[in-house]
Amino acid sequence: MPVFTPASGAVLKTETRLFTREPGTLFWVLVFPPLLLIAFGLIPGYREPDAALGGLRAIDVYVPSTVMVALITASLQAMPAALTGYRERGILRRMRTTPARPADLLVAQMVLHLAAALLAALLVLVLGNLVYDVALPQNWLAYAVTLALAAVASLAMGAVITSVARTAKAATAIGMSVFFPAMFAAGIYVPVQVLPETLRQIVELTPFGATAQALSQAATGSWPAWDHLAALGLWGVVLMATAARWFRWE
Amino acid sequence: MTMAIVEVKGLRKSYGGRAVVDGVDFTVEEGEIFGILGPNGAGKTTAVECVEGLRVPDAGTIRVAGLDPVRQRRELTRILGVQLQESELQAKLTVSEALELYRTFYPEPADWRPIAERLGLDTMLDRPFGKLSGGWKQRLFIALALVGRPRIVVFDELTTALDPRARRDTWKLIEGVRDSGVTILLVTHFMEEAEHLCDRVAVIDRGKLVALDSPAGLVSRSDSPTTISFRPSRPLPDAELDALPGAVSVNRQGSRLVINGTDDTVNAVITMLARNGVTAAELRVVDATLDDAFLGLTAREAEASAGRAVTAESADADAVRGGH
Repeated sequence: MPVFTPASGAVLKTETRLFTREPGTLFWVLVFPPLLLIAFGLIPGYREPDAALGGLRAIDVYVPSTVMVALITASLQAMPAALTGYRERGILRRMRTTPARPADLLVAQMVLHLAAALLAALLVLVLGNLVYDVALPQNWLAYAVTLALAAVASLAMGAVITSVARTAKAATAIGMSVFFPAMFAAGIYVPVQVLPETLRQIVELTPFGATAQALSQAATGSWPAWDHLAALGLWGVVLMATAARWFRWE
Repeated sequence: MTMAIVEVKGLRKSYGGRAVVDGVDFTVEEGEIFGILGPNGAGKTTAVECVEGLRVPDAGTIRVAGLDPVRQRRELTRILGVQLQESELQAKLTVSEALELYRTFYPEPADWRPIAERLGLDTMLDRPFGKLSGGWKQRLFIALALVGRPRIVVFDELTTALDPRARRDTWKLIEGVRDSGVTILLVTHFMEEAEHLCDRVAVIDRGKLVALDSPAGLVSRSDSPTTISFRPSRPLPDAELDALPGAVSVNRQGSRLVINGTDDTVNAVITMLARNGVTAAELRVVDATLDDAFLGLTAREAEASAGRAVTAESADADAVRGGH
Protein backbone atom coordinates (compact mmCIF):
# COMPACT_ATOMS: atom_id res chain seq x y z
CA MET A 1 0.00 0.00 0.00
CA PRO A 2 1.64 3.25 -1.08
CA VAL A 3 2.02 5.92 1.56
CA PHE A 4 0.70 8.64 -0.70
CA THR A 5 -2.22 7.79 -2.99
CA PRO A 6 -4.29 9.97 -5.34
CA ALA A 7 -6.93 9.95 -2.62
CA SER A 8 -4.39 11.36 -0.11
CA GLY A 9 -3.73 14.20 -2.54
CA ALA A 10 -7.44 14.88 -3.04
CA VAL A 11 -8.03 14.85 0.71
CA LEU A 12 -5.15 17.28 1.29
CA LYS A 13 -6.44 19.57 -1.45
CA THR A 14 -9.97 19.55 -0.03
CA GLU A 15 -8.80 20.05 3.56
CA THR A 16 -6.61 22.97 2.44
CA ARG A 17 -9.64 24.59 0.85
CA LEU A 18 -11.67 24.00 4.02
CA PHE A 19 -8.83 25.38 6.15
CA THR A 20 -9.00 28.69 4.30
CA ARG A 21 -12.73 28.84 5.21
CA GLU A 22 -11.96 28.88 8.95
CA PRO A 23 -11.38 32.57 9.73
CA GLY A 24 -11.05 31.81 13.47
CA THR A 25 -8.18 29.39 13.03
CA LEU A 26 -6.51 31.58 10.42
CA PHE A 27 -6.66 34.60 12.74
CA TRP A 28 -5.36 32.89 15.88
CA VAL A 29 -2.60 30.95 14.13
CA LEU A 30 -1.51 33.34 11.37
CA VAL A 31 -2.47 36.88 12.39
CA PHE A 32 -2.48 36.90 16.17
CA PRO A 33 1.22 36.00 16.78
CA PRO A 34 2.57 38.84 14.56
CA LEU A 35 0.10 41.25 16.19
CA LEU A 36 1.29 40.12 19.61
CA LEU A 37 4.90 40.83 18.65
CA ILE A 38 3.96 44.28 17.39
CA ALA A 39 2.15 44.94 20.69
CA PHE A 40 5.15 43.83 22.75
CA GLY A 41 7.36 46.21 20.80
CA LEU A 42 5.06 49.14 21.58
CA ILE A 43 6.09 48.86 25.24
CA PRO A 44 9.03 51.33 25.37
CA GLY A 45 11.06 49.42 27.99
CA TYR A 46 11.00 46.30 25.79
CA ARG A 47 13.11 48.07 23.20
CA GLU A 48 15.94 48.92 25.66
CA PRO A 49 18.87 46.57 26.33
CA ASP A 50 18.36 44.71 29.60
CA ALA A 51 21.23 43.53 31.78
CA ALA A 52 19.09 40.67 33.15
CA LEU A 53 18.80 39.33 29.59
CA GLY A 54 22.55 39.54 28.98
CA GLY A 55 22.28 42.84 27.17
CA LEU A 56 19.48 41.71 24.84
CA ARG A 57 16.28 43.68 24.54
CA ALA A 58 13.04 42.07 25.72
CA ILE A 59 11.69 42.26 22.17
CA ASP A 60 14.64 40.12 20.98
CA VAL A 61 13.69 37.43 23.47
CA TYR A 62 10.00 37.67 22.63
CA VAL A 63 10.53 36.77 18.96
CA PRO A 64 11.15 33.04 19.62
CA SER A 65 8.35 33.07 22.23
CA THR A 66 5.93 34.55 19.72
CA VAL A 67 6.99 31.98 17.13
CA MET A 68 5.96 29.37 19.67
CA VAL A 69 2.59 31.03 20.27
CA ALA A 70 1.71 30.16 16.68
CA LEU A 71 2.85 26.57 17.18
CA ILE A 72 1.00 26.18 20.49
CA THR A 73 -2.25 27.68 19.17
CA ALA A 74 -2.17 25.55 16.03
CA SER A 75 -1.33 22.24 17.67
CA LEU A 76 -3.00 22.42 21.09
CA GLN A 77 -6.15 24.34 20.24
CA ALA A 78 -7.03 24.39 16.56
CA MET A 79 -5.99 20.89 15.52
CA PRO A 80 -7.51 18.83 18.39
CA ALA A 81 -10.81 20.71 18.05
CA ALA A 82 -10.91 20.03 14.31
CA LEU A 83 -10.01 16.36 14.59
CA THR A 84 -12.25 15.47 17.52
CA GLY A 85 -15.05 17.21 15.61
CA TYR A 86 -14.37 15.00 12.59
CA ARG A 87 -14.52 11.92 14.80
CA GLU A 88 -17.52 13.02 16.84
CA ARG A 89 -19.61 13.84 13.78
CA GLY A 90 -18.89 10.53 12.06
CA ILE A 91 -16.80 12.08 9.27
CA LEU A 92 -13.95 9.64 9.90
CA ARG A 93 -16.45 6.80 10.10
CA ARG A 94 -18.03 7.68 6.77
CA MET A 95 -14.58 7.77 5.26
CA ARG A 96 -13.73 4.35 6.67
CA THR A 97 -16.38 2.86 4.38
CA THR A 98 -14.48 4.10 1.30
CA PRO A 99 -11.15 2.97 -0.17
CA ALA A 100 -9.61 6.22 1.14
CA ARG A 101 -7.86 6.02 4.48
CA PRO A 102 -9.19 8.19 7.27
CA ALA A 103 -5.52 8.47 8.25
CA ASP A 104 -5.16 10.70 5.18
CA LEU A 105 -7.52 13.13 6.86
CA LEU A 106 -5.43 13.15 10.05
CA VAL A 107 -2.22 13.66 8.11
CA ALA A 108 -3.77 16.47 6.03
CA GLN A 109 -4.91 18.25 9.19
CA MET A 110 -1.46 17.94 10.79
CA VAL A 111 0.28 19.16 7.65
CA LEU A 112 -2.03 22.18 7.38
CA HIS A 113 -1.72 23.22 11.01
CA LEU A 114 2.04 22.77 10.81
CA ALA A 115 2.26 24.80 7.60
CA ALA A 116 0.16 27.59 9.10
CA ALA A 117 2.32 27.67 12.24
CA LEU A 118 5.55 27.76 10.22
CA LEU A 119 4.17 30.53 8.00
CA ALA A 120 3.30 32.49 11.13
CA ALA A 121 6.83 31.87 12.46
CA LEU A 122 8.27 33.29 9.27
CA LEU A 123 5.96 36.32 9.50
CA VAL A 124 7.08 36.93 13.09
CA LEU A 125 10.77 36.69 12.21
CA VAL A 126 10.47 39.01 9.21
CA LEU A 127 8.23 41.49 11.00
CA GLY A 128 10.49 41.55 14.06
CA ASN A 129 13.43 42.29 11.81
CA LEU A 130 11.71 44.98 9.73
CA VAL A 131 9.80 46.77 12.49
CA TYR A 132 11.97 46.35 15.60
CA ASP A 133 15.31 45.53 14.03
CA VAL A 134 15.50 42.13 15.74
CA ALA A 135 18.40 40.22 14.21
CA LEU A 136 17.33 37.30 11.99
CA PRO A 137 18.48 33.90 13.30
CA GLN A 138 22.26 33.72 12.92
CA ASN A 139 22.18 29.94 12.53
CA TRP A 140 19.29 29.18 10.16
CA LEU A 141 19.96 25.45 10.12
CA ALA A 142 19.99 25.19 13.91
CA TYR A 143 16.85 27.32 14.04
CA ALA A 144 15.07 25.13 11.45
CA VAL A 145 16.09 21.87 13.15
CA THR A 146 14.89 23.16 16.52
CA LEU A 147 11.63 24.37 15.02
CA ALA A 148 11.09 21.02 13.28
CA LEU A 149 11.66 19.07 16.53
CA ALA A 150 9.41 21.50 18.38
CA ALA A 151 6.71 21.12 15.74
CA VAL A 152 6.77 17.31 16.02
CA ALA A 153 6.53 17.42 19.83
CA SER A 154 3.84 20.06 19.72
CA LEU A 155 1.65 18.33 17.10
CA ALA A 156 2.12 15.05 18.95
CA MET A 157 0.84 16.75 22.11
CA GLY A 158 -2.18 17.92 20.11
CA ALA A 159 -2.64 14.36 18.87
CA VAL A 160 -2.62 13.10 22.48
CA ILE A 161 -5.38 15.60 23.31
CA THR A 162 -7.31 14.34 20.27
CA SER A 163 -6.90 10.76 21.49
CA VAL A 164 -8.02 11.25 25.08
CA ALA A 165 -10.84 13.73 24.44
CA ARG A 166 -14.16 12.07 23.61
CA THR A 167 -15.81 15.19 22.27
CA ALA A 168 -14.76 18.42 20.57
CA LYS A 169 -15.87 20.27 23.72
CA ALA A 170 -13.58 18.15 25.88
CA ALA A 171 -10.72 18.72 23.41
CA THR A 172 -11.18 22.48 23.70
CA ALA A 173 -11.25 22.26 27.52
CA ILE A 174 -8.11 20.10 27.70
CA GLY A 175 -6.45 22.31 25.08
CA MET A 176 -7.15 25.40 27.17
CA SER A 177 -5.80 23.84 30.36
CA VAL A 178 -2.56 22.91 28.59
CA PHE A 179 -2.45 26.19 26.70
CA PHE A 180 -1.57 28.50 29.60
CA PRO A 181 1.22 26.36 31.09
CA ALA A 182 2.57 25.97 27.55
CA MET A 183 2.54 29.74 27.02
CA PHE A 184 4.32 30.16 30.36
CA ALA A 185 6.97 27.62 29.39
CA ALA A 186 7.40 29.40 26.07
CA GLY A 187 8.30 32.55 28.01
CA ILE A 188 5.34 34.67 26.97
CA TYR A 189 4.65 35.94 30.51
CA VAL A 190 8.24 36.06 31.75
CA PRO A 191 11.27 35.24 29.59
CA VAL A 192 12.59 31.79 30.52
CA GLN A 193 16.08 33.28 30.94
CA VAL A 194 15.07 35.41 33.94
CA LEU A 195 13.18 32.68 35.84
CA PRO A 196 14.65 31.58 39.22
CA GLU A 197 17.25 28.85 38.71
CA THR A 198 15.20 25.83 39.90
CA LEU A 199 12.03 26.85 38.07
CA ARG A 200 14.01 27.51 34.92
CA GLN A 201 15.56 24.04 35.05
CA ILE A 202 12.10 22.49 35.39
CA VAL A 203 10.66 24.59 32.57
CA GLU A 204 13.57 23.62 30.33
CA LEU A 205 12.53 20.00 30.63
CA THR A 206 9.08 20.72 29.16
CA PRO A 207 8.69 20.71 25.37
CA PHE A 208 8.04 24.42 25.07
CA GLY A 209 10.60 25.47 27.68
CA ALA A 210 13.24 23.46 25.85
CA THR A 211 12.11 25.01 22.56
CA ALA A 212 12.32 28.54 23.97
CA GLN A 213 15.89 28.04 25.10
CA ALA A 214 16.98 26.20 21.96
CA LEU A 215 15.47 28.84 19.65
CA SER A 216 17.08 31.68 21.59
CA GLN A 217 20.45 29.97 21.34
CA ALA A 218 20.04 29.27 17.62
CA ALA A 219 19.02 32.90 17.09
CA THR A 220 22.39 34.06 18.42
CA GLY A 221 24.27 31.82 16.03
CA SER A 222 25.32 28.87 18.15
CA TRP A 223 23.89 25.35 18.05
CA PRO A 224 21.46 24.84 20.95
CA ALA A 225 22.66 22.88 23.96
CA TRP A 226 22.22 19.18 23.16
CA ASP A 227 20.07 18.53 26.25
CA HIS A 228 17.37 20.90 24.95
CA LEU A 229 17.25 19.12 21.60
CA ALA A 230 17.33 15.71 23.31
CA ALA A 231 14.46 16.72 25.60
CA LEU A 232 12.45 17.84 22.57
CA GLY A 233 13.15 14.66 20.63
CA LEU A 234 12.23 12.47 23.59
CA TRP A 235 8.97 14.37 24.11
CA GLY A 236 8.15 13.93 20.44
CA VAL A 237 8.65 10.16 20.55
CA VAL A 238 6.80 9.62 23.83
CA LEU A 239 3.84 11.82 22.83
CA MET A 240 3.53 10.25 19.40
CA ALA A 241 3.56 6.76 20.89
CA THR A 242 0.92 7.81 23.44
CA ALA A 243 -1.31 9.30 20.74
CA ALA A 244 -0.98 6.22 18.54
CA ARG A 245 -1.76 3.93 21.48
CA TRP A 246 -4.94 5.74 22.56
CA PHE A 247 -6.34 7.04 19.30
CA ARG A 248 -9.86 5.89 18.38
CA TRP A 249 -11.49 6.24 14.99
CA GLU A 250 -15.01 6.33 16.50
CA MET B 1 -29.42 -19.03 -12.04
CA THR B 2 -28.80 -16.51 -9.32
CA MET B 3 -25.70 -16.23 -7.18
CA ALA B 4 -25.39 -15.29 -3.55
CA ILE B 5 -23.37 -12.08 -3.30
CA VAL B 6 -23.78 -11.56 0.44
CA GLU B 7 -23.65 -14.54 2.78
CA VAL B 8 -24.18 -14.20 6.50
CA LYS B 9 -23.99 -17.28 8.71
CA GLY B 10 -24.46 -17.49 12.45
CA LEU B 11 -23.73 -13.79 12.99
CA ARG B 12 -23.46 -12.79 16.64
CA LYS B 13 -22.52 -9.49 18.22
CA SER B 14 -22.88 -8.51 21.88
CA TYR B 15 -22.39 -5.23 23.67
CA GLY B 16 -21.90 -5.27 27.41
CA GLY B 17 -23.06 -8.88 27.66
CA ARG B 18 -26.29 -8.21 25.74
CA ALA B 19 -26.63 -10.04 22.43
CA VAL B 20 -27.63 -7.36 19.91
CA VAL B 21 -27.39 -9.77 16.98
CA ASP B 22 -28.00 -13.32 18.09
CA GLY B 23 -27.32 -15.91 15.41
CA VAL B 24 -28.58 -14.38 12.17
CA ASP B 25 -28.31 -16.16 8.80
CA PHE B 26 -29.29 -14.81 5.39
CA THR B 27 -28.02 -14.64 1.85
CA VAL B 28 -28.58 -11.88 -0.65
CA GLU B 29 -28.77 -12.85 -4.33
CA GLU B 30 -26.95 -10.81 -6.90
CA GLY B 31 -29.19 -8.12 -8.40
CA GLU B 32 -31.98 -8.19 -5.83
CA ILE B 33 -33.21 -5.58 -3.40
CA PHE B 34 -33.02 -7.28 -0.04
CA GLY B 35 -34.73 -5.64 2.89
CA ILE B 36 -33.89 -5.93 6.57
CA LEU B 37 -36.93 -5.02 8.55
CA GLY B 38 -37.40 -4.80 12.29
CA PRO B 39 -38.43 -2.59 15.17
CA ASN B 40 -36.01 -0.01 16.60
CA GLY B 41 -33.17 -1.65 18.47
CA ALA B 42 -33.72 -5.02 16.77
CA GLY B 43 -30.07 -5.20 15.69
CA LYS B 44 -30.53 -4.31 12.01
CA THR B 45 -27.88 -1.60 11.90
CA THR B 46 -25.39 -3.68 13.88
CA ALA B 47 -25.89 -6.56 11.44
CA VAL B 48 -25.28 -4.47 8.32
CA GLU B 49 -22.34 -2.67 9.92
CA CYS B 50 -20.76 -6.11 10.32
CA VAL B 51 -21.40 -6.65 6.60
CA GLU B 52 -19.74 -3.28 5.87
CA GLY B 53 -16.69 -4.23 7.95
CA LEU B 54 -17.23 -1.36 10.40
CA ARG B 55 -17.87 -3.78 13.26
CA VAL B 56 -16.12 -7.04 14.02
CA PRO B 57 -18.57 -9.91 14.70
CA ASP B 58 -18.17 -11.99 17.87
CA ALA B 59 -19.06 -15.12 15.93
CA GLY B 60 -20.23 -16.23 12.51
CA THR B 61 -18.96 -15.80 8.98
CA ILE B 62 -19.73 -13.07 6.47
CA ARG B 63 -18.74 -13.04 2.82
CA VAL B 64 -19.47 -10.16 0.50
CA ALA B 65 -18.63 -11.02 -3.11
CA GLY B 66 -16.31 -13.62 -1.61
CA LEU B 67 -14.53 -11.08 0.61
CA ASP B 68 -14.18 -11.17 4.37
CA PRO B 69 -15.34 -7.70 5.50
CA VAL B 70 -12.86 -7.61 8.39
CA ARG B 71 -9.71 -9.05 6.85
CA GLN B 72 -10.33 -7.72 3.33
CA ARG B 73 -11.99 -4.46 4.22
CA ARG B 74 -9.95 -2.40 1.77
CA GLU B 75 -10.92 -4.60 -1.21
CA LEU B 76 -14.51 -4.57 0.02
CA THR B 77 -14.70 -0.76 0.14
CA ARG B 78 -14.03 -0.64 -3.62
CA ILE B 79 -17.18 -2.57 -4.50
CA LEU B 80 -19.47 -1.60 -1.63
CA GLY B 81 -21.37 1.68 -1.44
CA VAL B 82 -22.63 2.69 1.98
CA GLN B 83 -25.16 5.13 3.35
CA LEU B 84 -24.77 5.13 7.13
CA GLN B 85 -27.72 5.73 9.42
CA GLU B 86 -25.82 8.55 11.09
CA SER B 87 -22.83 10.42 9.78
CA GLU B 88 -21.83 13.87 8.66
CA LEU B 89 -19.40 15.62 6.40
CA GLN B 90 -17.19 18.65 6.99
CA ALA B 91 -19.57 21.56 7.64
CA LYS B 92 -18.01 23.87 5.06
CA LEU B 93 -17.63 21.27 2.32
CA THR B 94 -20.03 22.01 -0.52
CA VAL B 95 -22.17 19.39 -2.22
CA SER B 96 -20.13 19.39 -5.42
CA GLU B 97 -16.83 19.31 -3.52
CA ALA B 98 -18.04 16.32 -1.52
CA LEU B 99 -19.11 14.44 -4.66
CA GLU B 100 -15.84 15.28 -6.40
CA LEU B 101 -13.77 14.24 -3.36
CA TYR B 102 -15.53 10.91 -2.90
CA ARG B 103 -15.23 10.24 -6.63
CA THR B 104 -11.44 10.32 -6.35
CA PHE B 105 -11.52 7.56 -3.72
CA TYR B 106 -12.68 4.90 -6.18
CA PRO B 107 -10.83 3.11 -8.99
CA GLU B 108 -13.65 3.43 -11.57
CA PRO B 109 -16.01 6.12 -10.35
CA ALA B 110 -19.25 7.23 -11.95
CA ASP B 111 -19.88 10.71 -13.28
CA TRP B 112 -21.61 12.27 -10.29
CA ARG B 113 -23.60 14.86 -12.26
CA PRO B 114 -26.39 12.57 -13.52
CA ILE B 115 -26.71 11.04 -10.04
CA ALA B 116 -26.95 14.49 -8.47
CA GLU B 117 -29.53 15.47 -11.08
CA ARG B 118 -31.69 12.42 -10.40
CA LEU B 119 -31.71 13.34 -6.72
CA GLY B 120 -32.39 17.01 -7.39
CA LEU B 121 -29.02 17.89 -5.87
CA ASP B 122 -28.01 19.89 -8.94
CA THR B 123 -29.73 22.93 -7.42
CA MET B 124 -27.66 22.59 -4.25
CA LEU B 125 -24.15 22.07 -5.62
CA ASP B 126 -22.62 25.18 -4.02
CA ARG B 127 -24.37 24.79 -0.68
CA PRO B 128 -22.07 23.80 2.23
CA PHE B 129 -22.99 20.56 3.99
CA GLY B 130 -23.60 22.35 7.28
CA LYS B 131 -26.32 24.48 5.68
CA LEU B 132 -28.26 21.57 4.16
CA SER B 133 -31.54 20.38 5.68
CA GLY B 134 -31.89 16.76 6.78
CA GLY B 135 -33.52 15.70 3.52
CA TRP B 136 -30.77 17.22 1.38
CA LYS B 137 -28.05 15.69 3.55
CA GLN B 138 -29.70 12.34 3.08
CA ARG B 139 -29.84 12.78 -0.69
CA LEU B 140 -26.16 13.71 -0.73
CA PHE B 141 -25.31 10.55 1.21
CA ILE B 142 -27.33 8.48 -1.26
CA ALA B 143 -25.35 10.06 -4.09
CA LEU B 144 -22.04 9.43 -2.27
CA ALA B 145 -23.00 5.77 -1.82
CA LEU B 146 -23.42 5.46 -5.59
CA VAL B 147 -20.52 7.58 -6.86
CA GLY B 148 -17.97 4.73 -6.67
CA ARG B 149 -20.01 2.58 -9.10
CA PRO B 150 -20.47 -0.12 -6.44
CA ARG B 151 -21.62 -3.71 -7.05
CA ILE B 152 -23.49 -3.70 -3.76
CA VAL B 153 -25.02 -0.78 -1.88
CA VAL B 154 -26.16 -0.76 1.73
CA PHE B 155 -28.75 1.86 2.61
CA ASP B 156 -29.49 2.24 6.30
CA GLU B 157 -32.81 4.09 6.64
CA LEU B 158 -32.85 5.26 3.05
CA THR B 159 -35.73 7.72 3.10
CA THR B 160 -36.22 8.58 6.78
CA ALA B 161 -35.70 12.33 6.46
CA LEU B 162 -37.42 12.66 3.09
CA ASP B 163 -40.86 14.06 2.32
CA PRO B 164 -43.31 11.75 0.49
CA ARG B 165 -42.48 13.13 -2.93
CA ALA B 166 -38.70 12.90 -2.50
CA ARG B 167 -39.25 9.41 -1.11
CA ARG B 168 -41.07 8.31 -4.29
CA ASP B 169 -38.31 9.85 -6.44
CA THR B 170 -35.67 8.06 -4.41
CA TRP B 171 -37.48 4.76 -4.78
CA LYS B 172 -37.47 5.26 -8.55
CA LEU B 173 -33.76 6.02 -8.46
CA ILE B 174 -33.08 2.88 -6.40
CA GLU B 175 -35.08 0.74 -8.82
CA GLY B 176 -33.03 2.23 -11.65
CA VAL B 177 -29.83 1.38 -9.78
CA ARG B 178 -31.03 -2.20 -9.29
CA ASP B 179 -31.94 -2.46 -12.97
CA SER B 180 -28.33 -1.61 -13.81
CA GLY B 181 -27.33 -4.83 -12.01
CA VAL B 182 -26.43 -3.47 -8.58
CA THR B 183 -27.43 -5.47 -5.51
CA ILE B 184 -29.10 -3.48 -2.76
CA LEU B 185 -29.31 -4.18 0.93
CA LEU B 186 -31.92 -1.96 2.50
CA VAL B 187 -32.39 -1.48 6.23
CA THR B 188 -35.74 0.01 7.04
CA HIS B 189 -38.52 0.10 9.56
CA PHE B 190 -40.81 1.64 7.01
CA MET B 191 -43.20 -1.04 5.75
CA GLU B 192 -44.40 0.73 2.64
CA GLU B 193 -40.82 1.08 1.49
CA ALA B 194 -40.06 -2.61 1.99
CA GLU B 195 -43.31 -3.58 0.26
CA HIS B 196 -42.61 -1.27 -2.66
CA LEU B 197 -38.92 -1.97 -3.23
CA CYS B 198 -37.81 -5.29 -1.80
CA ASP B 199 -37.69 -8.60 -3.60
CA ARG B 200 -37.18 -10.35 -0.29
CA VAL B 201 -37.32 -9.21 3.30
CA ALA B 202 -35.61 -10.52 6.42
CA VAL B 203 -37.53 -9.63 9.55
CA ILE B 204 -35.24 -9.24 12.55
CA ASP B 205 -36.54 -8.87 16.08
CA ARG B 206 -34.41 -8.77 19.22
CA GLY B 207 -31.34 -9.88 17.32
CA LYS B 208 -32.98 -12.93 15.77
CA LEU B 209 -34.26 -13.62 12.28
CA VAL B 210 -38.01 -14.27 12.63
CA ALA B 211 -38.95 -14.51 8.96
CA LEU B 212 -37.44 -14.34 5.49
CA ASP B 213 -39.73 -14.15 2.49
CA SER B 214 -41.00 -11.90 -0.29
CA PRO B 215 -43.23 -9.07 0.99
CA ALA B 216 -46.27 -10.84 -0.53
CA GLY B 217 -45.18 -14.11 1.06
CA LEU B 218 -44.93 -12.45 4.47
CA VAL B 219 -48.38 -10.93 4.10
CA SER B 220 -49.94 -14.27 3.11
CA ARG B 221 -48.44 -15.89 6.21
CA SER B 222 -50.57 -13.64 8.31
CA ASP B 223 -53.36 -15.46 10.20
CA SER B 224 -55.98 -13.21 8.68
CA PRO B 225 -54.80 -11.83 5.37
CA THR B 226 -58.18 -10.19 4.63
CA THR B 227 -60.52 -7.92 6.58
CA ILE B 228 -64.22 -7.70 5.58
CA SER B 229 -66.35 -4.98 7.09
CA PHE B 230 -69.90 -3.76 6.40
CA ARG B 231 -73.12 -2.51 7.96
CA PRO B 232 -75.76 -5.29 7.65
CA SER B 233 -79.36 -4.13 6.91
CA ARG B 234 -80.49 -6.35 9.79
CA PRO B 235 -78.63 -8.50 12.33
CA LEU B 236 -77.13 -11.78 11.11
CA PRO B 237 -77.53 -15.00 13.12
CA ASP B 238 -74.58 -15.49 15.56
CA ALA B 239 -74.42 -19.21 14.85
CA GLU B 240 -73.78 -18.55 11.14
CA LEU B 241 -71.16 -15.90 11.91
CA ASP B 242 -69.32 -18.25 14.28
CA ALA B 243 -69.32 -20.98 11.63
CA LEU B 244 -67.67 -18.85 8.90
CA PRO B 245 -64.76 -20.79 7.36
CA GLY B 246 -61.30 -19.29 7.95
CA ALA B 247 -62.59 -16.48 10.14
CA VAL B 248 -60.16 -15.54 12.88
CA SER B 249 -62.32 -12.97 14.59
CA VAL B 250 -65.74 -11.38 14.30
CA ASN B 251 -66.25 -8.03 15.99
CA ARG B 252 -69.06 -5.51 16.17
CA GLN B 253 -68.03 -1.88 16.06
CA GLY B 254 -71.35 -0.11 16.62
CA SER B 255 -73.57 -1.10 13.74
CA ARG B 256 -70.54 -2.29 11.74
CA LEU B 257 -69.41 -5.88 11.52
CA VAL B 258 -65.66 -6.48 11.15
CA ILE B 259 -64.54 -9.98 10.15
CA ASN B 260 -60.89 -11.00 9.88
CA GLY B 261 -60.30 -14.05 7.75
CA THR B 262 -59.18 -15.46 4.43
CA ASP B 263 -60.46 -15.46 0.85
CA ASP B 264 -62.71 -18.40 1.85
CA THR B 265 -64.27 -16.20 4.49
CA VAL B 266 -65.08 -13.53 1.90
CA ASN B 267 -66.96 -16.05 -0.27
CA ALA B 268 -68.81 -17.45 2.72
CA VAL B 269 -69.86 -13.98 3.89
CA ILE B 270 -71.31 -13.15 0.46
CA THR B 271 -73.21 -16.46 0.36
CA MET B 272 -74.47 -15.88 3.89
CA LEU B 273 -75.73 -12.39 3.03
CA ALA B 274 -77.60 -13.72 -0.03
CA ARG B 275 -79.08 -16.65 1.89
CA ASN B 276 -80.40 -14.37 4.60
CA GLY B 277 -81.54 -11.67 2.18
CA VAL B 278 -79.41 -9.10 4.01
CA THR B 279 -77.77 -6.22 2.19
CA ALA B 280 -74.32 -4.97 3.19
CA ALA B 281 -73.89 -1.19 3.27
CA GLU B 282 -70.38 0.32 3.00
CA LEU B 283 -68.83 -3.05 2.25
CA ARG B 284 -65.02 -3.00 2.36
CA VAL B 285 -62.71 -5.92 1.68
CA VAL B 286 -59.13 -5.00 2.55
CA ASP B 287 -55.97 -7.10 2.24
CA ALA B 288 -53.67 -7.23 5.20
CA THR B 289 -50.52 -5.18 4.67
CA LEU B 290 -46.91 -5.91 5.48
CA ASP B 291 -47.56 -3.77 8.53
CA ASP B 292 -50.03 -6.32 9.87
CA ALA B 293 -47.76 -9.22 8.97
CA PHE B 294 -44.83 -7.48 10.64
CA LEU B 295 -46.75 -6.78 13.82
CA GLY B 296 -47.94 -10.39 13.89
CA LEU B 297 -44.43 -11.73 13.39
CA THR B 298 -42.68 -9.53 15.91
CA ALA B 299 -45.42 -9.94 18.50
CA ARG B 300 -45.34 -13.73 18.16
CA GLU B 301 -41.60 -13.76 18.56
CA ALA B 302 -41.88 -11.54 21.61
CA GLU B 303 -44.49 -13.82 23.12
CA ALA B 304 -42.41 -16.92 22.50
CA SER B 305 -39.19 -15.48 23.87
CA ALA B 306 -40.46 -13.48 26.81
CA GLY B 307 -43.57 -15.47 27.64
CA ARG B 308 -45.46 -12.27 28.33
CA ALA B 309 -49.11 -11.67 27.55
CA VAL B 310 -49.87 -11.13 23.88
CA THR B 311 -51.88 -8.02 24.59
CA ALA B 312 -48.99 -6.27 26.26
CA GLU B 313 -46.71 -7.15 23.36
CA SER B 314 -49.23 -5.90 20.82
CA ALA B 315 -49.18 -2.61 22.63
CA ASP B 316 -45.39 -2.56 22.21
CA ALA B 317 -45.72 -3.39 18.56
CA ASP B 318 -48.23 -0.57 18.15
CA ALA B 319 -45.72 1.77 19.68
CA VAL B 320 -43.27 0.63 17.01
CA ARG B 321 -45.83 1.30 14.32
CA GLY B 322 -46.52 4.71 15.82
CA GLY B 323 -42.86 5.52 15.47
CA HIS B 324 -42.85 5.36 11.67
